[in-house]
Amino acid sequence: METENLIDVAYIAGLAKIELTAEEEARFTRDLNQVLGYVQQLNKWDVEGVEPMYHPLPVYDALRRDVPGESLPNAAAVQNAPQAQDGQFRVPKVVESAH
Amino acid sequence: MLFGSISHWKRQLAEGAVTPAELVESLAAAMERENPALNAYLSWNTEAALRQAAQADLSKPLGGIPIAVKDNICIAGAPTRCASRMLENFVSPYDATAVEKLRAAGAILFGRTNMDEFAMGSAGENSAFGPTRNPADTERVPGGSSSGSAAAVAGGIAVAALGSDTGGSIRQPASHCGIVGMKPTYGRVSRYGLVAFASSLDQIGPLTQNVEDAALVLNAICGHDAKDSTSSTQSTEDFSSQLGRDIKGARIGLPKEYLSLGNDAAVAAAVERAVKTLTGLGAEVEEISLPHAEAVVASYYIIACAEASSNLSRFDGVRYGHRTEIPGGLDELYSRTRAEGFGDEVKRRVILGTYVLSSGFYDAYYARAQKVRALVAKDFSDAFGKVDFILGPTTPTPAPRLFDADLTPLQTYLADIYTIPANLAGLPGISVPCRASEGLPTGVQLLAPHFKETALLSVAHALEQALR
Repeated sequence: METENLIDVAYIAGLAKIELTAEEEARFTRDLNQVLGYVQQLNKWDVEGVEPMYHPLPVYDALRRDVPGESLPNAAAVQNAPQAQDGQFRVPKVVESAH
Repeated sequence: MLFGSISHWKRQLAEGAVTPAELVESLAAAMERENPALNAYLSWNTEAALRQAAQADLSKPLGGIPIAVKDNICIAGAPTRCASRMLENFVSPYDATAVEKLRAAGAILFGRTNMDEFAMGSAGENSAFGPTRNPADTERVPGGSSSGSAAAVAGGIAVAALGSDTGGSIRQPASHCGIVGMKPTYGRVSRYGLVAFASSLDQIGPLTQNVEDAALVLNAICGHDAKDSTSSTQSTEDFSSQLGRDIKGARIGLPKEYLSLGNDAAVAAAVERAVKTLTGLGAEVEEISLPHAEAVVASYYIIACAEASSNLSRFDGVRYGHRTEIPGGLDELYSRTRAEGFGDEVKRRVILGTYVLSSGFYDAYYARAQKVRALVAKDFSDAFGKVDFILGPTTPTPAPRLFDADLTPLQTYLADIYTIPANLAGLPGISVPCRASEGLPTGVQLLAPHFKETALLSVAHALEQALR
């Protein structure tokens, strides 16, 4: 079945920060068009005046008091980092030098 | 075949017929023998389990009982990999609250179970560390995403296990493997330390050999937790307290939509048998309607993927997990790390989720899916005005063959049609093994209103006992 192309996979993968191979791009385009074709059926239900349900139970202002408590020690927080130094995470340089 | 239930081992331990260390040793021996064929466990640490056994307090509710834990629930000092290359070397620095509560109840944490990567899948095939196999037929899938938890319990290499259920990931594999799987009401069990997939749907729950054990595990893991803002303040109760009670007069609804959506003959026969059995016990089974039954899959995959795309943005190669070795700037670091670390299904869902949240599409997909979700939830609140429980199949078919190339991603999504509603509406649900003839395991699902787990377990237990 020929399906309508509903999604620009290369563009969206860029937004999602996932580099795709040409093969993946073609395959995901096919798979996701099929899924998106299916979900068009949401349009057949009358949702006029229906409040969106973002959460299964009514939860309001579920904030705890802002009291300092025990938190993860620094060494534990960086123990899984691919690259850490002086208790901090290392990343490639993000600011170009002025020279 | 089964290893022996929690209640069985509690008696054995109490009588001194076995010590906690001996129990761990014999479980480890069974696991070493059987796991290569099932791939149910990804990692284990027998020495750590023996250290816990040495300190086991048998007076506690789960004292000395080994429990297996899905690979997406954090255990301090143990690998928590979510069956993903992304977290291949991740060792959790802390315990999930559910794990902390298991420890407090005296349980011994034994092994990390295989799963679909980041809990995305219905077959256990999406694990970066190889598929899990169904103990009933190793050429078939055990279901997913809690594939290893179900296969370990059904395959006689776990007493009981924890899983997580976002769209059926506890109940569906339990059904495919012939064991009990329960998803509690949303908010009953803290999600703190559960690696997030879709936060408004995720819930931790037990996979066990019988209903009584499910209640025992639930007793240990439920309760409010300040570390999870969505955790319910509803008081916990003794979920075992009504097991064995007469269910005469219980009103059970059978949604007519669930019988007309093309179930496999074995599944239809199982539901029929459950209806007969429950009627025989004095329950009143009546037909009900859930008008939006067909809408759930579309609504769910939009919501779940949208939440996943946000939750999984944390895997960027900076704070933990895999980082690409290909040099480049920060942008390349993110996109190559994620290309290398995530498997196909995770990529598909993150891309789909990003799309439905993106500018210009939000209202058409995400907002609309949340409105349809409200309609689905209303179907259930209307139905529970008439009946106490809802009965139906857990899955439309028994376990499919492993790596069935004919199944598209969409077809596998459609198989979640009966399990998804409980997640969308936040309801408790349980799958109980029930089959009408010899052959592959099948299960039936019972649903109850929010926070009615005690009654749900009572009726599930009555059904289970009567089917024996």
